[in-house]
Amino acid sequence: MKPLAAILFRDMRIAVRVGGGALMGVLFFVVVVTLVPFALGPDLALLKRVGPAILWLAALLASLLALDRLFAADHDDGSLDLILMGRAPLEIVVATKGVAHWLSTGLPLVIAAPLIGLSLNLDGPAAAALVLTLLVGTPALTFIGLIGAAIAVTLRRGGLLLAVLVLPLCVPVLIFGVAAANAAVGGPIPFGTPFTILCALTLASLVVGPFAAAAALRQEME
Amino acid sequence: MAIADLANPARFLAFADRTIPWLGGVAVIAFAFGINQAMLAPDDYQQGATVKIMFLHVPGAWLGMLGWGVMTVAALGTLVWRHPLADVTAKATAPIGAAFTLMCLVTGSLWGRPTWGTYWVWDARLTSVLLLFLLYLGVIAVWRTVEDPSRAARAAAILTLVGAIDLPIIKFSVEWWNTLHQPASVMRMGGSTIDKSILIPLFIMTVAFTLTFATLVLAAMRNEILRRRVRTLRLIQASAAS
Repeated sequence: MKPLAAILFRDMRIAVRVGGGALMGVLFFVVVVTLVPFALGPDLALLKRVGPAILWLAALLASLLALDRLFAADHDDGSLDLILMGRAPLEIVVATKGVAHWLSTGLPLVIAAPLIGLSLNLDGPAAAALVLTLLVGTPALTFIGLIGAAIAVTLRRGGLLLAVLVLPLCVPVLIFGVAAANAAVGGPIPFGTPFTILCALTLASLVVGPFAAAAALRQEME
Repeated sequence: MAIADLANPARFLAFADRTIPWLGGVAVIAFAFGINQAMLAPDDYQQGATVKIMFLHVPGAWLGMLGWGVMTVAALGTLVWRHPLADVTAKATAPIGAAFTLMCLVTGSLWGRPTWGTYWVWDARLTSVLLLFLLYLGVIAVWRTVEDPSRAARAAAILTLVGAIDLPIIKFSVEWWNTLHQPASVMRMGGSTIDKSILIPLFIMTVAFTLTFATLVLAAMRNEILRRRVRTLRLIQASAAS
């Protein structure tokens, strides 16, 4: 437990200090959402209808931002070699790093979403549903992203490749996240149906992500 | 000759040299027969002549999925057994599978226009096949980004295994969701719902396309082995010169 806690706190500290990516993610999220009314026009009824989709899309893109440095930075300064040689199982370490990444980039998005949602004319119930779906769905984005981050670890232009690899895999999360957020404010399907599928996707990615990412890291670092 | 013998690249090259003309020849014969049968097949009573698009569309879908299936088996070969031919198989199959998936998407889109009234709808079957195409492009991007072939093979293998989740989603998408795309009608419990006059030409065309696929994959594998030899020779030459 102790080495895992050390890794968790180390990653969190790196993320929030100068040069870390924690606040960049939220900033990017806010800027992207702010751009949307300029493109669509300030029609409040329209913004209310597409709001959840826009916030989800912005969260998906923002969660990709810091992902390419997740393992690459450790590879550059050599700590990834130490982690690989350490006694803690690599899968668990990778999952811990995923949790740290989510706490530093995913959770701020979830907190910022209802505030920035006000600018898209989201009312109380819609904002609450959106926060709930983001809270459940963003860990899936991070843990699917782990796979791409591990594959791209030794590449010089890994960030570009990462987006190409990870975004198609994130499509189911996006579909059911937006479907659940829309279902909460009225629609033909009850909120529970897409929401439980979203929970299932997150649970599956919590398992598949660390194992695939650890396998990729072992292969890359040989 | 056992499959294990083919692990030796020289033996595989000899095998490929002998097999490719035969496979290609049989594919040409199957196409000659299949296209003839497809042209003689009756028009659909509702769709008219557009039903003939199916003779390209169904083989494209089948081979797009078969291609990823072959890559998945090859990925296991790469990661578990470190089989030297598995890397080559995975790399050679990716662009060919992507091409057949694209053929499925394009023909389906052209077929959708007269029958559904639209080129594209975002239903589960179409979306999952589009995702398969994007995953193919991702794997090809990995092969083109990582310089060292064996390292690229392992990265692509992991992505291939993760992407294999899409195959059952494609297969069952028409049953899990209400889609504009019709439910399974060729391979289903209780026999096909397609009339024999169209099913038999479809079967022959599918066999012909599958033979083409096998020929192309074998030829691409042969090219890839030769390309790797050239790469190795160049590296030796370069290090000798320096």
